[in-house]
Amino acid sequence: MSIENMHVTRRSKASLIASFAAVIILVILISAPLWAGRADMRLMAELFLYLSLATLWNLMAGYAGLVSVGQQAYVGFGGYMLFSLTMFAGLSPVVALIGVAILGGLVSIPIAALVFRLHGAYFAIGTWVIAEVFRLTFAQVSSLGGGSGTSLPISIIKSMADGRAARESLSYWLALGVMVAVILAVYLFLRSRKGLALSAIRDNELAASSLGINIWRTKFLVYVITAALTSVVGALIFLQKLRISPDAAFSVNDWTAFVIFIVVIGGIGTLEGPIIGTLVYFLMRETLADLGTTYLIALGVVAIVIMLKAPKGLWGIIRDRWDLQLFPLGYRVQTTQSKKGS
Amino acid sequence: MADQVLKTHNLCAHYGDFQALFDLDLSIAEGEVIAIIGANGAGKTTLMRSIAGLNSNNAEQIVYRDEPIGALRADQVATKGIALVPEGRQLFPSLSVEENLIIGGRVGRKGPWNLKALYQLFPILEERRNQPSTSLSGGQQQMVAIGRALMANPDLILFDEISLGLAPVIIKTIYDALPNIIDDGMSAVIVEQDISKALAVSARFYCLQEGRVALEGDSQTVEREAISRAYFGVH
Repeated sequence: MSIENMHVTRRSKASLIASFAAVIILVILISAPLWAGRADMRLMAELFLYLSLATLWNLMAGYAGLVSVGQQAYVGFGGYMLFSLTMFAGLSPVVALIGVAILGGLVSIPIAALVFRLHGAYFAIGTWVIAEVFRLTFAQVSSLGGGSGTSLPISIIKSMADGRAARESLSYWLALGVMVAVILAVYLFLRSRKGLALSAIRDNELAASSLGINIWRTKFLVYVITAALTSVVGALIFLQKLRISPDAAFSVNDWTAFVIFIVVIGGIGTLEGPIIGTLVYFLMRETLADLGTTYLIALGVVAIVIMLKAPKGLWGIIRDRWDLQLFPLGYRVQTTQSKKGS
Repeated sequence: MADQVLKTHNLCAHYGDFQALFDLDLSIAEGEVIAIIGANGAGKTTLMRSIAGLNSNNAEQIVYRDEPIGALRADQVATKGIALVPEGRQLFPSLSVEENLIIGGRVGRKGPWNLKALYQLFPILEERRNQPSTSLSGGQQQMVAIGRALMANPDLILFDEISLGLAPVIIKTIYDALPNIIDDGMSAVIVEQDISKALAVSARFYCLQEGRVALEGDSQTVEREAISRAYFGVH
């Protein structure tokens, strides 16, 4: 085989099949209100929102090296802002989502300036402390129910759509839409020039900086974008729940520990990893959650075994064994079946 | 003497707790090529890192075109027009050859170097443009590292250990390409273990020994005997 009939491409058969499959799956998912029961739709919406959180955390930790343990700050902030914008500013929940994104991004700017002074483990702890400050602050706001929280008024819920079924469909579609938007946004960001710089920083910070890449600014941008999108996901989580309280909104377990679990077992630093991780997490949760403590022990054991035996996660195993890549981000050498004549 | 593009004044630098450079004074004129030679641990790489902004110094210790740059960050130094070809190449393994080069062009300075010009200089890189940079041979990786620095269209380019670990035939290819690179009035600093190679391409040289300048002079007229003594610290 000579060099002429080899070529290098981002696409592979697998990534082409994957994009067709993604479109088909998307159509099936969009039509879920026609075929799925209410409980199933709620579960799927929750899965979409967890996948969004995991994809965003993966962008920060897996690509920008920012290991935050405080993303629940933005989940809770997003939830509370949705409630505030609808209850006090009279916005419809769907319009309020845009406001939530802007506010989430804005509030993250001074926080980034603060926590970016810390590195490594100190950064992780710093972000967690910030999230606790958020929790304590919102517990003081009596118009939002203080420490015991508040429910979304019936009039606002009813303003979303006519009838319960239509409301539930809308809220399901919003979750699906946000998931697609988050995955597409992260994918396009990684393929852009900024994303190139981010990969360069992850590969070699010293070389990247001596080529004129401002490391601080690139990481700052990632942090703010992630905060804005995480806030929107948080808003949708509490739009599903219709009730918010400081402990639920700023829960480190629900919005960060499980998300880290998902990304680590799926494969950090890959776009496919969070998808696999989310599916595994929900599979375990739906089958084992009734076992109570045993379920949490099982989660812990799975995490430990994967970290020890397959540090690149489940997707790492799959990719190494079958050389698969669903999102065409890397390159591969291919042989062309000589179509251009013999 | 022509205008100085870069000067160091009493430059001191540390490598961890160890002081690697002591009161170093050197200068590079516009369009000049100088060589830095010296044994392992003489401070050559620390000097490169200091100029490139990877070590922080006092602002006045390094002056670039009358502007003190010693305290600037590496990315700020890069936008001023100083590019580093680092020791050990330091390519980005998850990026392709072309993406590595594109990253180099991010500073957006005007000049003769772009992807097309680079592919003319090193045609092999065009063939391999979409391959992961790690799949290349050492010499080809060095070409990517040089190309990546050139893409910034620097006024001063720093080559750190340009031939370290490369096959002689590759070293020759790279040295043959050097005059084309430096032709456009670019100034260059070449750090090299191979003294005769270094002297052949440079106008002046500095020989470092334990963080100090042991000998400096004209590359073409210097006596080998003098260099040997400075190199090994024999007095």
